Amino acid sequence: MLDALQFEFMRHALAAGLLASIICGIMGTLVVANRIVFLSGGIAHAAYGGIGMAFFFGWPYLAGTIGFALAAALVMAAVTLRSRHRADTIIGVIWAVGMAIGIILLDLTPGYNVDLMSYLFGSILTVPAGDLGIMLATGVVVAGFVGVFYKDLLTMSYDEEFARIRGVPVQRLYFALIGLLAVAIVMVIQVVGLILVIALLTIPPFIVEKYAQSLLQMMVGASVLGAVFTVSGLWLSYAYDLTAGASIILLGGAAFFLVLLVERWTLLRRAKRAV
Amino acid sequence: MSSPVIDIENVSFAYNGQPVLENVNLAIPQGDFVAVIGPNGGGKTTLLKLMLGLLKPDTGRIRVLGEATGGATHQIGYVRQDVHINRRFPITALDVVLMGKLDPRRRWARHTAQDRREALGALERMEMAAFAGRRIGELSGGQRQRVFIARALVTAPRLLLLDEPTASIDTKGQADFFRMLKDLNREVTILVVSHDLLVVSTYVKSVACVNKRLHYHHEAEITGEMMETMYPCTVEDVCPVELVAHGLPHRVLKHHED
Repeated sequence: MLDALQFEFMRHALAAGLLASIICGIMGTLVVANRIVFLSGGIAHAAYGGIGMAFFFGWPYLAGTIGFALAAALVMAAVTLRSRHRADTIIGVIWAVGMAIGIILLDLTPGYNVDLMSYLFGSILTVPAGDLGIMLATGVVVAGFVGVFYKDLLTMSYDEEFARIRGVPVQRLYFALIGLLAVAIVMVIQVVGLILVIALLTIPPFIVEKYAQSLLQMMVGASVLGAVFTVSGLWLSYAYDLTAGASIILLGGAAFFLVLLVERWTLLRRAKRAV
Repeated sequence: MSSPVIDIENVSFAYNGQPVLENVNLAIPQGDFVAVIGPNGGGKTTLLKLMLGLLKPDTGRIRVLGEATGGATHQIGYVRQDVHINRRFPITALDVVLMGKLDPRRRWARHTAQDRREALGALERMEMAAFAGRRIGELSGGQRQRVFIARALVTAPRLLLLDEPTASIDTKGQADFFRMLKDLNREVTILVVSHDLLVVSTYVKSVACVNKRLHYHHEAEITGEMMETMYPCTVEDVCPVELVAHGLPHRVLKHHED
């Protein structure tokens, strides 16, 4: 691993992976705690429509993507707040339509040269230094938001009604959370790809949730665990010449199922002892 | 006589055109211990949410602690139904209680040592101090409910609203629970939503039957010798609750006079 670090692209990949782990560890904790994994997937996919628009209309790439992702995210947030039981259907529709818009608009754009695969899986091994700066800034904003509103976010995530009664501006906070989630997702996607973002948003927080005593512990734990997956995945991909993103995800997935198995096993043993 | 803690006048409320509450009137005096009973879907929880200002009435007027709804919300301790709470959530009992110390003006600040002392004190009152550091999901239904009451108490409420607090507690635990509420009632006015009059009737001072309309039975109306009204509210009527009393004290409600 250490000799791999002599290459600048590996150093960049490592930095990008660690930053993505931290951003996804923090946001993923809120996503899992608020049960909005599906909504996050919807944002991440619908954002592809923004890419299509940016290329077709000649807008700046980031402005187009973030604008579209934000708009889609806020519609989803509004639907979730208003009619929870129908939210998953509407999110599914926005998810699909967003992607379709992106693909059709890219079809119609002459001389277009970014393909869907790089959006899905990213290219963590070709991260330019400028993108690292963007991710660092995103990480700072995410950490700052959570730091300032931690108690409110905690109360809203745990018991929305109680939060309202205690004077937490639940509606505004929820929209802010979803909006920030959209921005964070778009920023991280263009570096490591959509699939890795969803994996980092869900797997580490899910594993850590069982052992954490607080939301903060869960955020820290998920970030650390995500970093472990990223570093070992990168090493695997370097040592055996595998795709980096997929290696990281498979490691996370293996850990995920291992934890489930161990939990099952201990439950069974406890049950047997009780008999 | 001091003004009522809860004062509801001619309130009606509908969900999507379906009337849930019609022309409800209710005045609850200070120090009362009211059970709100009635069938599922009869509007009990809606009534509670109206009092809390989480819902706005279509018509009528609600005043809580002398203020229009919303104004006095911070003086209400609210204990909601346990079933809606995410049990996997990583949080300790103490941190749940500390939510009651949430102050929008001190959003940035961490909880003070004073906050922690008060939260621990509230847990102690509920005999839950030993569980302060335990994850809330590991506690039993009754223990969890005590933590939620501690969270409500730490806000120093003048009114305590509880929505089906005994839903996940066994019968023996329910009796203990209501005895504990009776103790608390010496300091705060309590309104508890329940579908189980059997347990409630021994401890409360008055009963409000809700099924679209509301009937308030004051203590004075409840007498022991009205055996023919053992089934105070029939299924066709307002509340489908059969009251079976053995031994004393037993309480029987008068028929509703519509």
